[in-house]
This record gives sequence, structure tokens and C-alpha cells, in this order.
Amino acid sequence: MSFNRGLKNFTTDFKVAHFLAWREIKRANIWTTILISFVMTLTFLNLIVVSGILVGLIQGSEEANKVKYTSDVIISTPKQKNYINRSNSLLQAIEATPEVQDYTARYLESVVVEAGYRERTNPTDLLDRSGGSLAGIDPQAEDSVTGLSKYLVEGLYLEPNDYDKILIGSDLLFKYNPVESPGFSLLKNVEAGSKVRLRIGDLVREVTIKGVLKAKVSGIDQRIFMNQSQVRQLIGRSDYNVDEIAIKLFDPKQADNVRDQLVRQGFAENAVIQTWLDAQPKFLKDIKLTFALIGNMIGTIGLVVASITIFIVIFVNAITRRRYIGIMKGIGISRRAIEFSYIAQSIFYAVLGMAVGSLIVFFLLKPYFDLHPIDFPFSDGILVAEPLGTLIRSVILFVATIIAGYVPARIVVKQNTLDAILGR
Amino acid sequence: MIKTEKLTKVYKSGATEIRAIDNIDLQVRKGEFLAITGKSGSGKSTLLYQLGMLDIPNHGTIHINDVDVLKLSDETRTKFRLKELGYVFQDYAILPSLSALENVMLPLLMQGESKSEAIRKATKALDRVGLGDRINNLPSQLSGGQQQRVSIARAIGHEPSIIFADEPTANLDSETSKAVLEAFLELHHEGQTIVMVTHEKDYAVLGDRIIELKDGKIIADNKPHHL
Repeated sequence: MSFNRGLKNFTTDFKVAHFLAWREIKRANIWTTILISFVMTLTFLNLIVVSGILVGLIQGSEEANKVKYTSDVIISTPKQKNYINRSNSLLQAIEATPEVQDYTARYLESVVVEAGYRERTNPTDLLDRSGGSLAGIDPQAEDSVTGLSKYLVEGLYLEPNDYDKILIGSDLLFKYNPVESPGFSLLKNVEAGSKVRLRIGDLVREVTIKGVLKAKVSGIDQRIFMNQSQVRQLIGRSDYNVDEIAIKLFDPKQADNVRDQLVRQGFAENAVIQTWLDAQPKFLKDIKLTFALIGNMIGTIGLVVASITIFIVIFVNAITRRRYIGIMKGIGISRRAIEFSYIAQSIFYAVLGMAVGSLIVFFLLKPYFDLHPIDFPFSDGILVAEPLGTLIRSVILFVATIIAGYVPARIVVKQNTLDAILGR
Repeated sequence: MIKTEKLTKVYKSGATEIRAIDNIDLQVRKGEFLAITGKSGSGKSTLLYQLGMLDIPNHGTIHINDVDVLKLSDETRTKFRLKELGYVFQDYAILPSLSALENVMLPLLMQGESKSEAIRKATKALDRVGLGDRINNLPSQLSGGQQQRVSIARAIGHEPSIIFADEPTANLDSETSKAVLEAFLELHHEGQTIVMVTHEKDYAVLGDRIIELKDGKIIADNKPHHL
């Protein structure tokens, strides 16, 4: 009986609060409503966009590493080995796996690139040198898996019958990576068409730079690419054992499954088999966590600012209507109904701000950043705004708004009724 | 209907104590139209606030409809006011963001009436005070007299036992004041109990009993024809 009466009172308070709040909002100054909603929208954007871009910087780097270098599954040489033993059987197994769309095999060898030797007048002058990794590839297979040809910033892509021609990563060229630092050597005055020397152990070979690659991925920007048939000759690899295989799947979600299939077939004895996520460098994961933390800290500050804004707005509103609050109490309107009405007004502003903010995030900013990523030196930054994360932040903002609306209303409603009516 | 014993309200201002009302014993019968008069500062409004449960006295008791209202909890007092009492204030005290109809509906909704029933009763109350054609007007679109009539409609809409009116004509011209007082008289003739504070003797005589206060004490308690 008591519970029913309590429920009835609660329902009545709620109805009266709705009645009061809706009319307050409807008849409020339109510019005040727009201003408060604008503040709420900015707060929402601050919560979502700041952390979204910080995380997006790293996620952009992760995505690039996956798309441009590792693809869905990456198989590499174990540390204690020189190459992947039984590569042929592994490649046959990969071809026989139905989930595999395409793959590319790479031969890798350390190489020193030398430039400026034609221009030097004294044989004792030091040469421009840079160290990197020589990757022997099948240009068509590599392009099919990683889209390597798309990352050319100069020159042309490799043809299958090219000989003594290379593609060079932009990190090895001073032109694209102008860092002057002791112990860090880059090639100066080198571009597409330049002749350079490759030094592999005691072997030296002059080649022509056919193109320059820039992908913001170290697996491309710090490598030299050459047709694999010539690399095999240069490094004396006659057994066709490769060093690295990148596999593209029809469904990227099957990466774990394909990795496990290959491990079950015993290939893990001779190779490191990883999904793109397994192969992700630990520092990237750490930076992602750190950036998310920084984003949340900035978002929290934004949340506090928004709460204070709502508090001030509702407090000023309640203080200027203190007399009317007193009258309402005087004629028998319950405290709870009055407090609810102010909370309902706060909720209205919060929901309006979040709705406008969501529209801006999902229909304007996210599509824009997907099409025009932010050009950072180490990645193309995108805006990460997952629906679940957005929902959680919205709930936090919603709760903060309710509290910020309730507290000032409570302070004013608690004042003496007669003093409020008489303005004392 | 209303009974007070030794009702006292003291205001403190620094070391000074002001006895705004002092040991007042008073009874108001059902259906009575009581006018409270007195000079400014005599305590008439203070007495009305105590009787109308808008303030709490320092000493004494108040019984309304046999309920010792000073013993009620804050929440119960609010509900009691809502159900049993109606108020008309000097400066109308209607809510500016609500239309005339919505102002009158508010106490009805708070009593748990459905929206349609609240509209019906509020419209009827506004009709009674002659504002049937202005129900959707906001207070800013009404004259002072019309606003005071909205205030009266709000006070009677939920059919309270007693209406308290604090200088209801103070801000009105004589013509409008007469119309407002006629509304009170009509309610009184229908059996409504009314307690009205006024400093205008001409208006006080419209009641069927007049008490006069001085320095917080009742110095006269008369029928109008004795004045």
C-alpha cells in the first residue's frame, strides 16, 4: 500500500516536472537555448573527437602497417635462422588454403647503398651511404597484396623483367627525411633515375633507382625493392627459401584461423607465423594506450567544464526564479517535482547537444577524416569513434548533466518558502 | 475550521527581538469571510502566513480542520496546503512561463488529476472569474486585474477549504479592485471560507468579521455593522 502510494507520488511528481520543464524550454529565449546546446555540443565533441584523433593517429599507423606491409597474416624468419626452411612446402600449403586471396614472398638481405661516387674528385672522399634491407619481390604479387605501386612518390614501378633497377624507400633519402645527425647517414642528391651502388657483403653492384616509395611504414620506407630473381642471384639463394611472406585473406577476420591452420601443419618449426595484430610492435600498443589515456584526461577536463557550465546555467536560472520556486512550494508543488523539472531541462540540453554532436561526428567529421586523413610524419591520422565508446561517453556526459542540474535546483528549492516568495 | 492558541512569531534583528504577532488566540468558522486589518507593520501579513502554513511560528498552536498542522512533517504540510488551502498574493504570483490555463492546472495536476480533468476544472475556474476567453494568454499578455483573477482561479480551482488572500487589491485600481472583491464575495456566498488581509477599511467591511491588529496583538474583533 505504502509502495503504491510512493509510486503514485513519484509518477505525479514526474508528470508535473515534465509539464513545467517542457513549458520552460518552449518559452525560454531561443538564443539562450541555442547557446547552452552549443556548449553541450562542443563538450560532446571534445569528449569524442580529441581522444578519437589521438587514438586515430596510432590506429592509422596500425592500419597502414597492416595494409601496406604485413597484410592479414605475416610469416617471417625466426631470429636464429637465416631464412624460412621448407619455404616451398609452406608456399604450397598457403596456396591450398581456401581463405587465402593472395600472397607475396620476399627475399631479404642487409644492404648498404652508396651514392655520390661518380661526382667525387678524390678517391679518399667519403661517400654518401645508407643502410637498409634489400627486398627481393615479385612486383605483381607484391602489388596485388600490399598495393606497393600506390606508394610511389617519384619514378615508375618495377616491371617483372627489370634488371639492375630498384625502388628505394624515402627514409633512406635526405630529400624526404632531412635529418642531420651523427651516426645517421642518408643519401643526398639522389632521386628517380640516379645511379647508386648496392654493397652486399663483398659484392658491389651498380643499379638505377626506378622509383621512390613513401608509405609512412618502416617496412617500405626503409627498404630497397628489386626483382626477386636478381636478388636470389646477388645473395646466392638457389634453394628458393624465402625470408618473409605476407598473406592477404578474403575475410580478414579469418587471420587467427589461418595462422592456427599453418601452425597445426608444423610450419611454426621453421617460421614465425603471426596475424597482423600479433606482429604489431609493442611500442605501438603502448602509445595507443597512452594516447587513449591522454584523450580521456582531456575529455574529463571537458566534462568538468561542461558540468560547471550546466551547474551555472541551472543555478542562475533557479536563482532568478527563486521567487517562483517559492510560490510553487507555497501552493503545494512538491520539492521533488520542482527538482525534477530542472533535471529535465538539463537532460533536454544534454540530449540536444549529444544529438547534434553525434550528427557532426558520424556524418561530417568521420567521413571527412576517412577521406582526408591528417598528415602526420609517422601516420595518416583518422578519427576513431566507435559506437560503443561514443555511447559510454554519452552516458557519462548524461549522468554529469543530471548531477549538474540537480545540485543547484536542490540548493534553491531547500530555501525557506516564505523567504523565497517575499524575495528576502 | 481554524483555531490558534497563543500564536507568537518573533523576528530577530541582531540583538533586537520584534514580536510580529504576540499570543494570538483566534477562531475562524467554516464559511466565514474574515478580514484582517491594521496599519503597516501591525503583523497582519505575518498572521496570514502563519495561518496559511507558509511560515512557522515560534510559539503556540494552529489547528486547521482539527489537524495540528505544526506537527506535520514538511512533506505532509506541503500536501496539506495543496489540498486544503488556496492563496491569492498581493502581486498575483502567477508563473510567467505558464499560460492562464496552465497556471490554474498546476495544483490540479499535483493533486494527481488527469490532464483532461485538470483542463476541465481549470477552464471552469477561469470562467468563474470571467477569463474564459483568455485561458491561453501568458501573464505578460494580461492586465494586472486579469492576472489577479488568474491567481484567484488558481486558488479556487482545486476547491480548497480555505482561501488566504494577502492584500489582493493593493496593486489594482479601484475599478479592478471592486471586480476582484466581487469575485471573493461570490465565493463567500457559495460557502467558501476566506481569510483576507487588507489595509483598506472600505474593503474590510465586505467581510462578515473584521479583526484589527496593532503591534502583533488583536485590538478589535467586530462584525462590520459595528464599525
